[in-house]
Amino acid sequence: MSPPAAPAARHTRRAPSAYLTRPGIALGLAALIPVAFLAVFFVLPVGGMLARGLWPEGRLDLSGVPEVLGRARTLRVLGFTLVSSLAGTVVTLLLGLPVAFALYRLRFPGRGLLRAVVVMPFVLPTVVVGVMFRSLLASGGPLGGLGLDGTWVPILLAFVFFNLAVVVRTVGGLWEGMDRRAEESAATLGASPWQVWRTVTLPALAPGIISAATLVFLFCSTAFGVVLTLGGLRYGTIETEIYLLTVQFLDLQGAAVLSVLQLVAVVAMLAVASRTRSRREQVLRRVGDRAAARRPRRDDIPALAVTGLVVAFVLAPVGALVARSLRVGQGWGLAHYRALTDPEATSALRVSVTEAMANSLRTAVDATVLAMVLGLVVAVLVSRRPRSVGWSRLVSTLDGAFMLPLGISAVTVGFGFLITLDRPPLDLRTSPILVPIAQAMVALPLVVRTLAPVLRSVDPRQREAAAALGAGPWRAAWTAEAPVLARPLLAATGFAFAVSLGEFGATSFLARPDRPTVPVVIYQLISRPGAEHLGMALAASVLLALVTVVVMGVVERLRVGSVGAF
Amino acid sequence: MLELTDLTVAFPGATAVDDVSLQVAEGDVLAVLGPSGCGKSTLLRAVAGLERPAAGSIAWRGADLAGVPTHERGFALMFQDGQLFAQGSVADNIGYPMRLRGVGRRARATRVAELLELVGLPGYADRRPPTLSGGEQQRVALARSLAADPQLLLLDEPLSSLDRALRDRLAGDLREILVSTGTTAVLVTHDHDEAFTVADRMAVMLDGRIAQEGPSTEVWRRPVSREVASFIGFETVLTGAAADALRAHLPDPHRASRVVGPDPADPVLALRRSALRVDPAGPLRGSVLRSTTVSDAVHLEVEVDGLGRVAAISADLGPHPGDSVRLAVDPRGVASLPD
Repeated sequence: MSPPAAPAARHTRRAPSAYLTRPGIALGLAALIPVAFLAVFFVLPVGGMLARGLWPEGRLDLSGVPEVLGRARTLRVLGFTLVSSLAGTVVTLLLGLPVAFALYRLRFPGRGLLRAVVVMPFVLPTVVVGVMFRSLLASGGPLGGLGLDGTWVPILLAFVFFNLAVVVRTVGGLWEGMDRRAEESAATLGASPWQVWRTVTLPALAPGIISAATLVFLFCSTAFGVVLTLGGLRYGTIETEIYLLTVQFLDLQGAAVLSVLQLVAVVAMLAVASRTRSRREQVLRRVGDRAAARRPRRDDIPALAVTGLVVAFVLAPVGALVARSLRVGQGWGLAHYRALTDPEATSALRVSVTEAMANSLRTAVDATVLAMVLGLVVAVLVSRRPRSVGWSRLVSTLDGAFMLPLGISAVTVGFGFLITLDRPPLDLRTSPILVPIAQAMVALPLVVRTLAPVLRSVDPRQREAAAALGAGPWRAAWTAEAPVLARPLLAATGFAFAVSLGEFGATSFLARPDRPTVPVVIYQLISRPGAEHLGMALAASVLLALVTVVVMGVVERLRVGSVGAF
Repeated sequence: MLELTDLTVAFPGATAVDDVSLQVAEGDVLAVLGPSGCGKSTLLRAVAGLERPAAGSIAWRGADLAGVPTHERGFALMFQDGQLFAQGSVADNIGYPMRLRGVGRRARATRVAELLELVGLPGYADRRPPTLSGGEQQRVALARSLAADPQLLLLDEPLSSLDRALRDRLAGDLREILVSTGTTAVLVTHDHDEAFTVADRMAVMLDGRIAQEGPSTEVWRRPVSREVASFIGFETVLTGAAADALRAHLPDPHRASRVVGPDPADPVLALRRSALRVDPAGPLRGSVLRSTTVSDAVHLEVEVDGLGRVAAISADLGPHPGDSVRLAVDPRGVASLPD
């Protein structure tokens, strides 16, 4: 054996306080960047927006609160938000659970493709989804005869359409990793299939179901683009009401009161989701990977039938959208698509749709870079498990804080940007940088949720093993975590890109008229009367959906389970 | 020399290592033996620099290690489950500590081949860790730890995850490798046979404290307390009249000084199962309460006149519950305890 390599003389040079904390300090410093970002671009605008409404003349004025909450219109909006979100959550769960079972517990050809199909809607731009359901249910559409256009039904359908992915991914991921032997042993103890489901499977899935349900409810109750395009003037949620109060009635006090209400509800829901998530991670650690999907049996037919129905439900609006975009007058053609390249095609737009697409892509690239850099830092940070109670609490608080942008009103953020970032030192109102920043804010939580579980799944002893062999803290982290992180990083990048591309709520406030993104253009087009406007909106929606689906198709090929799971 | 002085490691709500002092001379192998949860792994992690002591000191060659991070200690820690890096080949894993030190590719390959030879896995360089059996993974982990040229090798239950036959064989191999490379090592284990095979010295750790420390044979024969005795395999404890009754059948240490046996001054006797064996010529008489056949013997529970219920062993099949048997006393399986 060769003589000992490390000289003992080096051993006394560091003070005891430096014990294992050097990388901790560096990580803490790195954390300041996303924290500062969150403070400046989220807390400040939201705070500014609230201050505008509740501190109008420099002091707290709550006199408007009972008045705002007492309005018949507010009550109607709150009622609709609650009922529609609840209905959306229940229906999504009822449909999503059998699909999660079929796609994650059974093995059959085409399963991968179906998984991709079911996940796709989550990243489809909200405006596009709105246009899709209108083209499906409008009087000229394939299901126009049902007379559902203009009712609350399309909103509910769109909620389900969007959020199926959340339930299927979250519950499916948990289900896939579940040890089948627990169910088998219950069966050998005399439990009927129903009893097995009630006493073993359901309790094991409960954390995932609760977490998914909470988030679905959250997404439904803060949905903006869909409700705005499908609800018309009859149906509004808190989110669209905040928008109307802000933009049309200039009632900032009313908007602020509703924003606070929303904020409180969102924080409560995120707290529930985060609690169940940490429970689920413990569950996952316990069951390991002793699970195998099996081939379908006769009694799986109901689940498979529901899955078929859901796939049809997901594909039908897409089909209707594509078909109607090709409909020109009484015939078929590409006229709507040709109009996309023509800057003079309509007076509604200042630029051609292709130019808007170029804007969209550029902004989405910027937003993605921003979201990835910040998201990686946050994910590394929240995946550490400090032993001291104080630090560990801080880490979980941070984890929750970076989920906030997911649930808070994009309208509040967007409008808050305009009213708080309009003077030095942060005079960004006219800067094109605001749009990517707002989009990054929306993508950030999704990036963190994709990366953090992967990092948490790495045994901390891998890092310790590397350190014990002589690797410094950074090298040890690289050795243990870089190899597993490569694909999730790519997947998160694609995911963030797709989400940025479709972001509508905040972008609609911030995009300058001469540099709109495609979702903004689509909304402008459908707000105008005329068949040629609708045709162009449909064609632009197809284009945007195509780009998004291609990106998500690539992401799906990477097979990272945590994408879109919460 | 590794010197632990009054070392204490605390977690919120529990003290895992409580005021432990130990010394390991260079070239020695010390086994820390204790039941699971006694704090022995924490002790090892503290030496590696992975846990921060609440009090006390850890010193190597006279220099205090407080504040020295793990990777600068020059110790290697081998984990219970190896913790190989799954994404690299066996050669990448073993070469890892050398790559950290900037050893060139060719020198690395030579050393990896040497180490693979040493741990009995020649030709495994290009295999992937997940394709190896548990025993092979542990051998690779050992080679990787040795590749760091550690001044001190820390082994955390290195063989516990393996099945018994493999464990016995690998324990012998491990002993040979440590001796032939002159490695100073601290081994943590709950298996007394493993500790006995691999180490020169033993420290028995119970509830965060070192209950006894000394040369392995010494600890093996003369446990200092009932707790230590019961942990290292003394199943029966006799006190008062029962102890006196047995003592009558032990050789007198004054007459036969070469015979190993308990100190007559101590009031309590602890017996391994092997201390009492079925022998038609034996002086003790009792009736069998229970008999369990194992691979190479029959384990009995016998109610012996004057002693009470004791564990005994029979080389032959046969004694059934209710049978009456005679037992001989083997002083090598008897230890005396102060109280």
